[in-house]
Amino acid sequence: MVKIRYFAWVREKMGVDEENVALPDHVKTIEQLMIWQRERGETAAAAFENSDLLKAAIDQIHCEHDAPLEGAREIAFFPPMTGG
Amino acid sequence: MSAALKRATPHVQVQLEDFDPQKLAASLSHERRDVGAVVTFTGYCRDENGRLTALELEHYPGMAEAELRRIADEACNHWPLTGLVLVHRSGKILPGEQIVFVAAASSHRRAAFEASDFVMDFLKTRAPFWKKEHLLGEESASWVAEKEADLIDMKRWRR
Repeated sequence: MVKIRYFAWVREKMGVDEENVALPDHVKTIEQLMIWQRERGETAAAAFENSDLLKAAIDQIHCEHDAPLEGAREIAFFPPMTGG
Repeated sequence: MSAALKRATPHVQVQLEDFDPQKLAASLSHERRDVGAVVTFTGYCRDENGRLTALELEHYPGMAEAELRRIADEACNHWPLTGLVLVHRSGKILPGEQIVFVAAASSHRRAAFEASDFVMDFLKTRAPFWKKEHLLGEESASWVAEKEADLIDMKRWRR
């Protein structure tokens, strides 16, 4: 089981701010996880439609889409940041 | 950087409450005789020509603090700073209110100027905060989009 957290409009589109999921074995990278999200159903598909634009973090550290998920405890998806 | 200079430990804070820039800046020179320069930056919420009624700042608890600390540590590693303060608010912010504060202290001014500029550029593109604008006459609030200019600013520092 891994915790997935969502922020900003990704959170709004998903309808939840976090969930615990059991990822299938073939989902090994962030990119594969986003593809899996698009296949889950309409809600997740809408949130992950333009996944090229989304940012991800593994265990609270920014990562690229080809980052491996092995050992990850917390994965987060969010739009580009607008702080400051 | 001189081997004798101990790397500064930055003070990083994410909070709902407002902050006092003068007190925060003063903490960098308090009881020190080696600080020759303190540079500060305060970011405010604009009213967008009267259209903005409020800003909502969402953040990723845990990662926001960690990422700000990483940025601050990078600044302290790269410039001979005696101290660095970084405070970022979250939650509801009204026009005119303060959002973010950066202060850098060093023996000479160049490091303080450059480090504070660097911290702001990186904070803008890497700190997990998201702004939602409440605008006059609009039913629902809208998420602010990232600015191309901020990405360009951040890339200036890659040398």
